Amino acid sequence: MNAAVFVAGMGVISGIGNNVPENLAALAGSQAGMGDIRYLRTNHRGLLPAAEVKLSNTELAKLSGFPHTTSRNVMLSMIAAKEAWDNAGISDIPALRTGFVSATTIGGMDKTENFFTDFLPDHSKGKLRDMVYHECSNITTAVAEKLGIRHHVSTISTACSSSANAIMYGARLIKHNVLDAVIAGGTDALTRFTLNGFNTLMIVDEQYCKPFDENRKGLNLGEGAGYVVLVSERVASALKKTPYCSLSGYCNFNDAYHQTASSPDGDGPYGAMAGALTMSGLQPPDIDYINLHGTGTQNNDSSEGAAIKRLFDPHYPKMSSTKSFTGHTLGASAGIEAVFSTLAIRDGIVYPNLRLQTPIAEFPFVPETTFSRHPEIRHVLSNSFGFGGNCSSLIFSKL
Amino acid sequence: MLEMDTLMADLKNQISVQLKMKNIKPEDIGNDEPLFGPGLGLDSLDILELIVLLKQKYKLRITNAEDGKRVFTSVRTMAEYITVNRV
Amino acid sequence: MKAYIRSAVSISPQKTFAAAPFLNEVAAYHTTRLSCIEPDYNEAIGAKLIRRMSRIIKMSVASALACLKDAGLSQPGAIITGTAYGCLEDTGTFLTSMVEFGEEPISPVAFVQSTHNTIGAQIALLLKCSCYNNTFVSGGASFENAVIDGMMLLNEGYSNVLVGGMDEITDMSYAILSRSGLYKRSPLSNLDLFKTNSKGTIAGEGAAFFTLANAASQNDLAGVDAVSTFYKPKDIAETVAHIKSFLTAQAISGSDINLLITGKNGDEKGDEIYEYLQQSLFEAAPAITYKNLCGEYPTSSAFALWMGANIISNNNIPALFGLKSNPENKINKVLIYNHYNNIHHSLILISSC
Repeated sequence: MNAAVFVAGMGVISGIGNNVPENLAALAGSQAGMGDIRYLRTNHRGLLPAAEVKLSNTELAKLSGFPHTTSRNVMLSMIAAKEAWDNAGISDIPALRTGFVSATTIGGMDKTENFFTDFLPDHSKGKLRDMVYHECSNITTAVAEKLGIRHHVSTISTACSSSANAIMYGARLIKHNVLDAVIAGGTDALTRFTLNGFNTLMIVDEQYCKPFDENRKGLNLGEGAGYVVLVSERVASALKKTPYCSLSGYCNFNDAYHQTASSPDGDGPYGAMAGALTMSGLQPPDIDYINLHGTGTQNNDSSEGAAIKRLFDPHYPKMSSTKSFTGHTLGASAGIEAVFSTLAIRDGIVYPNLRLQTPIAEFPFVPETTFSRHPEIRHVLSNSFGFGGNCSSLIFSKL
Repeated sequence: MLEMDTLMADLKNQISVQLKMKNIKPEDIGNDEPLFGPGLGLDSLDILELIVLLKQKYKLRITNAEDGKRVFTSVRTMAEYITVNRV
Repeated sequence: MKAYIRSAVSISPQKTFAAAPFLNEVAAYHTTRLSCIEPDYNEAIGAKLIRRMSRIIKMSVASALACLKDAGLSQPGAIITGTAYGCLEDTGTFLTSMVEFGEEPISPVAFVQSTHNTIGAQIALLLKCSCYNNTFVSGGASFENAVIDGMMLLNEGYSNVLVGGMDEITDMSYAILSRSGLYKRSPLSNLDLFKTNSKGTIAGEGAAFFTLANAASQNDLAGVDAVSTFYKPKDIAETVAHIKSFLTAQAISGSDINLLITGKNGDEKGDEIYEYLQQSLFEAAPAITYKNLCGEYPTSSAFALWMGANIISNNNIPALFGLKSNPENKINKVLIYNHYNNIHHSLILISSC
């Protein structure tokens, strides 16, 4: 069970770019992806900002190879998963047992919510083809089929920690010698369902979000997809290029405090981070950068901050929330942030936590406010905490 | 006073339905009983449900959950808020 | 590595929850939609706790709590659920509100509880359990993925895990699935499901939980030897190849199977593969069905596993299956083979212990 797992490829599409180089350029240039909602049909246009992928469904169709009537979520997933798979360059290794583990919270809800407007007053109405992608699983299998992966295809849904659990599960399938290579991560498109849901919970900021700011007002939603290609040692040694890093630790821990709120002392986040460290054999001072969950809500940032204080005091690593760029992409967030964490190690970089004006008074640490280069970065911790107390942390390490 | 009593009785029924309190009779909720005390066991999600109730039934909008905690201290404070702010 | 089923609890359209003896009577319906026979949740869970819980959450929590109690555990080492549809009722409520109230603030509870991981999360919250918690939403392979994840954890050193599979049918989902042609055109008796030679099946639902342990005890129902899934096989030959490969990996062949539990669901075309296997690879094995008891739904194999585990534990096939069961013969190896709409196929091999 101690077999190493390596990150050999990555792919991402988000509100700040349609592929890895574009995302990286935006991160380096402090170019956030929030703006007025342009693509989603909603009454909140002009009222709530979001970080949409800057492509219409017709444009996504051209890039993904799917018909434009396909669920937006399928197309986002396909674009990022294909980029990751191509980036890994491993399709010619013989007898490869390959899997696809994808996560999503909304499934095909972008089509379902349109169907419902017609279906609700008259159950015989509504285009049935709009329901084809409703089930989360159908998002995954549509992409898996196009990638040519058939038998090891799973879908995970644990709210905002979904992709992290997908990456963990993928890694464990490799460690248990079930698979040799796994595309793992997640996807979520912006929908009226989630926009209204989070708005009803009163945790959405009507301005651009300010994670870890004393005066933060809530999150901005985003959308996108992010995947890493995990490989076994055998595959890693047969690759032409060296893998980017290893997945050296992870932990899935439940806060068990409340359905939506995290415990004030951050028990869940603490347990996830500490568990990941234990697994990787690292101590807190070994972590060079934390990619925070950092949604910008009062509750998350307090809880996550409290946990960081408990675990890292007095040696705080650099940290930032890239949700200040991409918004909160829900089921995709840990996948997108896994790519950002991998890039942090590959290029020795740390991202800024945008729009931070007043650090939270009770914490003795301050997230980074500028983009900077640190070739010495060895270990990156990525946090993802969701509804239902589902807390997951991943550690990526330089080879 | 009668209007207040009627409003409070209505509110108890509406709260009971909105918060799915099948095992507590509306009339058993005290006018001044703390809604978020140990007795009724309501929580932060229930505050949000009550904010929705105020909007849907009384057309009153509460824009942040902190204001909600004050307004929803008891059935009486809810009724008072509605009486003062109702259009 | 074998996993030991320490306890198994099911809520289904049959009298299966806290009911003894095991399946000694069959609930007959004249319908195309089977609904669960549910316990009194005030007793099974607690009056105060069930306030906000939707039906699928209550079914699952009641099963999970009873399952842990039967295993003598206050806390599991992990909680893993598999559900294709998640919490449909709350999803429907929120969608309805969105249409009716035009994107104004609407039920936050319905939104929060519409997420697929709510079931596993509620169990953790009730038990104050911080353990590993995961939810699979892989359609017809959701429950199997959950079992595989659980068995991997046992291999990694966990001493026990709680694993469940659940799906519900609501008025809305029934209407939509009916329109897609999944069900029989007219109501029929579930006991006649395999007599009609026609298209379609009957809708079902249920929740079943299992405590799996990594070491044997005196009280185990059965052992799970292996679980495997495969996706949209191109033809019968590919299906047979997968099954043979699965058996070979367990160092057995078709003739070692003492009982075959099939996912026959009454759909003429879909059932062809089961009939083929019963006449070829498994011609020596008695075969029974289960979807006439619980209906068709993506995680019905959880009901099948509950059934198979109890059959092994009692070393007896209940009379309702119409098979002559010789108590002298040990029911040692039971294979559950099921497919959901020929998309997800699954194999679960269980054995006596």
